[in-house]
Amino acid sequence: MGRFILRRALSALVVLFTTSVIAFLLFFVTPGVDPAARIAGRSATPATLAAVRHSFGLDQPLPVQYVKMMQHLFITRDLTSFVNRGAKVVPQIIAATPITLSLVFGTAIISMVVAAAFGLVSAVHKGRFVDPFLMALAVLGISVPVFWLGEIANLLTQGGLHSSVFSWVPPLGYVPLTANIGLWALHLLFPWITMSVLYAGVYSRVLRGEMITTLGEQFIQAARAKGISERRLVWRHAFRCALVPVTALFGLDIGVLVGGAALLTEVVFGLPGVGYLTYQSLQTVDLPMIMGTVIYAAFFVVLMNAIVDIVHARLDPRVRHA
Amino acid sequence: MPTARKADARLIDGTQIAPVLRRRNIVGEVLAAPQAVVALIILVLVTLSAVLAPLYARFVAHTDPFSSQVSATITLGGKAVPVMQQSTTGLKLGVTPIGPTWSGQYFIGADNQGRDVMSRLLYGGRDSLLIGITSAIACCVIALVLGVLAGYVGGIVDGVLSRIFDVLWAFPVYLLAICLSIVLLTSRIAFGPIVIDSSSLILPIAIISIIYVPYIARPLRAQVRSLCQRGFVQASISVGSSNWRIIRRDILPNVMPSVIVYFPIMVALNILIESSLSFLGVGVQPPNASWGTIINDGLPLLYTRPLVSLAPGIMIAVTCVALNLIGDTIRDVLDPQAKIREAV
Repeated sequence: MGRFILRRALSALVVLFTTSVIAFLLFFVTPGVDPAARIAGRSATPATLAAVRHSFGLDQPLPVQYVKMMQHLFITRDLTSFVNRGAKVVPQIIAATPITLSLVFGTAIISMVVAAAFGLVSAVHKGRFVDPFLMALAVLGISVPVFWLGEIANLLTQGGLHSSVFSWVPPLGYVPLTANIGLWALHLLFPWITMSVLYAGVYSRVLRGEMITTLGEQFIQAARAKGISERRLVWRHAFRCALVPVTALFGLDIGVLVGGAALLTEVVFGLPGVGYLTYQSLQTVDLPMIMGTVIYAAFFVVLMNAIVDIVHARLDPRVRHA
Repeated sequence: MPTARKADARLIDGTQIAPVLRRRNIVGEVLAAPQAVVALIILVLVTLSAVLAPLYARFVAHTDPFSSQVSATITLGGKAVPVMQQSTTGLKLGVTPIGPTWSGQYFIGADNQGRDVMSRLLYGGRDSLLIGITSAIACCVIALVLGVLAGYVGGIVDGVLSRIFDVLWAFPVYLLAICLSIVLLTSRIAFGPIVIDSSSLILPIAIISIIYVPYIARPLRAQVRSLCQRGFVQASISVGSSNWRIIRRDILPNVMPSVIVYFPIMVALNILIESSLSFLGVGVQPPNASWGTIINDGLPLLYTRPLVSLAPGIMIAVTCVALNLIGDTIRDVLDPQAKIREAV
C-alpha cells in the first residue's frame, strides 16, 4: 500500500508539474504581450523594467524563467495581477476559495441526497411508472445548460416576482459564513439548486445503473434466500455496494468543481469565487491570474484524483497491482 | 508455411468468428424503443428547422437576421409599429425591442439590434448542430486512433499518450477550453496559405473536440488492452496476422460499439459546452450565431424580453434530451456496461 501511495503521489506531481509548465507557457504564446512590461506596469521607468526583467529571469533561458516565475508565484507570493496592480495572485485566490467551497459544499449535499433518492427509487421500482418518470427528469437535468438555468432562476427570483412570491430572496451576492450563517445560506440557495440540477441528474443515472447491476449479483440472491427483509437488502447490501463507484466519480467532480468548474454558476449569480476570478482574468487577459487559477484548478483535480485512486486501492487491493 | 497460416486464418475468420460477428439489426433494435422514436423525430425536426432557416428568414420573416434593424418598422393590425420601441416609463429614455408578435415577422420578438430572434434561432441551430456533430466526430476519431495506439502498441507510446491524457484530464474542461480559446482567438493562425480567421467556426470546433478526447480515449485504451489478452486476438497473433489486420478485424469491431454509444452523448455535451463558451464570450464569434450566443444577446433583455434568452435555451434542452435518450437506447442495445463521465 505504501508503495502504491508513493507511486500515485509521484505521478500526481508529474501531472501537476506539466500543468504548471503549460500555464507558464501561456505567457509566451499569447501574442502581443511583453511579460516584463506588463509585470512592471504602465508607468515603469527603464530601471524598473530592467529590474523586473532580471528578477523574473526574462533575460535567461526558459527553464530559469519558469523557476523564477514559480518562486514569485508561490514562495515570495508577490506576483501581482496585470489589471489590478494592488492584487497579488495567490492571496487573492486564497481569499476567493471559501466562496467556491461554500458553493460546492451545498451542491454536493443537495445533489447527493436527490441523486440517492432518485437512483434508489427508480432502481427498486425498475420498469414501473416512477422509474421512467424520474429518469426523464434526470435526463432533463443533464440536458439543460447550467448558466441558462441560473439566468432563469434570476429571472424568477429577481424579476417581476421579486416583489411578491420571491420577496425573501436577497439580491445577488455573497455573505460570508462567519458573518451571518442564515444570510450565507439564503444567498447561496439558488446557486446550490441550480448546480444541483446537473449533478443530481448525472448521479441519479449512475446510481440507478449501479444499483441495478448490484441487485442482479449473486450475493443479493443469497441474502434474499436467507430471508432478510427487502428494506435491509436494499439499504445494507445493495446501496452500500452501489455507492462505491458513485463516490469515486463524485470525488473527481468535487475536485473539478473546487478547481473552478463552478465558474458559470459563480458568474451568473455574481459570487466572487475562484471561478469568477478565473472568468474575470480571462476577460482581461490577466495572465498571472490565469496562470495562478489554472495551477490551482489542476492542483485540486490532481489531488482528488489521487485520493480517489488511493481510497479505491485501499478498498479493492486488485487495483494496486494493475 | 505461409499457405498453412492462411488456411488457419481463414478457418478462424470463416468458421468460428463469422457467426459471432453476424450483423445485428441495430437500427431496428434501437427504434423498437418508443422513446428513441420520439427523440429521433425531435432531432429530425430540429435539423430540418436549421436547414430551412434561410427559407424562413426570407419568406416568412422577410428579414436579414444578421444585420442591424434598429430603425425598421413592421405593420401590425394595420398600424406601423417601430421594432425598437421608445420607453414609456420613467424618463422615457432608451428603447426596448419589440416583444413577440406571434405572427410571421418577429414571431418571438427582436433582440437589442432589432433582429428577428426566431430567424436567428433557426440559424443558430445550424451552428450549434454543426459544432456539436463535427466536434463529436473529430473527438471520437482522435480518441479512437490514440486509444487504440496506446492500448495496442503499449510500451513507450502508451506511456507518453497516457501521460498526455492525464495532463488533459487534470484541467477542468471549461478551463482547458477557455485557455485554448484565448490562445487561438488572439493569435493569427496560418497553415501555409490557409489563414484561419478568429471568427471562424473551426476554432470552437477544434477546441471542443480536443477537450473530451481523454474522456473517451482512456476507456478505449483499457478496452483494447484487455482485448489483446483475449483468446481470439492471441489466436490471430499466433497465425501471423499483421498488426493492421488484427486492429482492423479483431480490435476495431469490438471497440466500435463503445464509440457509437459515446457519439450521441458527445454531441449533446458539445452543444452544451459550446453554449457555455459562447456565454463566456470565447465560443462562437460574431457574425456567426449559435444558440449560446443568442442566449448571451438576450441577457441584457432578460427582465424585459425574457423570450430572447429563453427560446434558445429551450432549443438546447430539447435537442440534448433527444440526443441523450437516443444515446441511452443505443447503449442499452449495444453495450449495457458502457460508462461515460457525463459531468462537465
